[in-house]
Amino acid sequence: MNATKWGFKKSLWVFHLNAGACNNCDIEVLDCLCPKFDIERFGMKLVGSLKHADVLLVSGSVPRRVVPDLIEAYEQLPQPGVVIAIGACACTGGIFKDGYNFAGPVDKHVPVAAYVPGCPPRPEAIIGAVVKLLGKL
Amino acid sequence: MSTTIPIGPFHPVLEEPEYITLQVEGETVVSADIELGRIHRGMELLAEEKTFDQDVFLVERICGICSASHSWTATLAMEDIAGITVPDRARYLRTIVHELERLHSHMLWVGLAGHIIGYWTVFMWGWKYREPVLDALEAITGNRNNYAWYCPGGVRRDVPDDIWPPIVKAMDEFAEKTNLLIDVILNDPVILCRLKGVGILSKEDAIAYGVLGPTARGSGVDIDVRRDESYGAYDEVDWKVIVQPDGDCLAVGVVRLLEMIEATKIIKQCIKKLPKGEIRNEVREIPRGEGIGHIEAPRGECFHFIRSNGTNMPERHKMRAPTFLNIPSYRPRVKGETISDATLIFAVIDPCYSCTERMAAIDSDGSRVANGHDLIKLSHQRTEWLRKNL
Ligand code: SF4
Repeated sequence: MNATKWGFKKSLWVFHLNAGACNNCDIEVLDCLCPKFDIERFGMKLVGSLKHADVLLVSGSVPRRVVPDLIEAYEQLPQPGVVIAIGACACTGGIFKDGYNFAGPVDKHVPVAAYVPGCPPRPEAIIGAVVKLLGKL
Repeated sequence: MSTTIPIGPFHPVLEEPEYITLQVEGETVVSADIELGRIHRGMELLAEEKTFDQDVFLVERICGICSASHSWTATLAMEDIAGITVPDRARYLRTIVHELERLHSHMLWVGLAGHIIGYWTVFMWGWKYREPVLDALEAITGNRNNYAWYCPGGVRRDVPDDIWPPIVKAMDEFAEKTNLLIDVILNDPVILCRLKGVGILSKEDAIAYGVLGPTARGSGVDIDVRRDESYGAYDEVDWKVIVQPDGDCLAVGVVRLLEMIEATKIIKQCIKKLPKGEIRNEVREIPRGEGIGHIEAPRGECFHFIRSNGTNMPERHKMRAPTFLNIPSYRPRVKGETISDATLIFAVIDPCYSCTERMAAIDSDGSRVANGHDLIKLSHQRTEWLRKNL
């Protein structure tokens, strides 16, 4: 078992970054915490600081102004760390891809390990994506 | 001597990026500033490049929590231009979905407020009770958020009658749980000392800053579009506007909590009275003209203006969300409070920055510099400059 595998085996800590999302994706991410879905039973936890995180969940269409912030956030993510793009906006730009302020999608700026499409994806889909990704690592 | 504390742009308190600078002396906040602009997606221009039908889907995505409000406002504006009336059944269905949205939005705020004051039990409770509302929305519209429910002339889908009894039951349970939460919040000494008397916005300030929605009603300003310029089915059901005089964080919270009870009443009455019949009047074209729509979104009055030139795309689509007016009210609120209360004060208006990020460039002397003509002039100047210098 290599170090990455060992590190990702249990208790993933997640940081959530809103890069120009409409809030729905963010709320569905927070919804994963609530008693109905309760990801904390898997040891997953939303943390307040990037420095504590293993996984960076990025939602939103990445307007121009967020690009430097997004890159800086990725550089601050302790390695090995993975980025998951949440929502149609983060995966492709979705309905905003023709906007003049659109500078994304996320994978144009930082490497993305998994995509969760949907507008917004259901909490089950987000949890499913994290679990599937863990199996692949 | 004052120290500057930067907060953000990505921080765990609110989900959206914003950059707050607090000037503090010791533990007391002297002044605060907020910098926005990270979620500007060019909505208004995008709206002009889409057809009226597609526009409704676009405005839903201005803000995830107010997706019903924005799409209803936009369809009202389109109906205003075309002079279309909406069938009775559609009016009731629209009202039901809108009030369900108010329920989940207010409950979300209650949970977040609990999270901000470090009371995770309230967060977990709030978000637990919110789930049945989302299930109801899913049963009616097919999605938990971004409902695609409104369309010019009516609503997009009809619903069978047998989905209502579980929803009525869920509403009864929701009201019961909300009463429980109200009891807990009003009787818990810890919550009371975090909320009572904190961040006061006086009635005069509220009027001067032009705040809307629960923020205004929490400061004793008795406004509500649902009653004042009734739309949908609001004048045919029995409910009341909640106003609290104190203006502190507790008052705003109480307004939201009591409004949830009113919303469950509205939903139940609408379900009971729901007329049979058509759900949609056909819209053949949107003629040349201008129209407005305004409704009471969970955070206050939401306003859309549409100008049509007779084609199938709007010539201008202006949107104004309530948070745009509510944000500046943190200034009188935050002065003299402690740092630990500052985050709560920023969150008490239930800010939604993605609603707010429209273009607004203000000159240093306060005059507005950027209307359409100014932007064209600026771009000419810039081209001129580029030609000369490159
Ligand atoms: S994918 Fe949809 S729900 Fe998510 S941020 Fe984009 S528009 Fe909002």
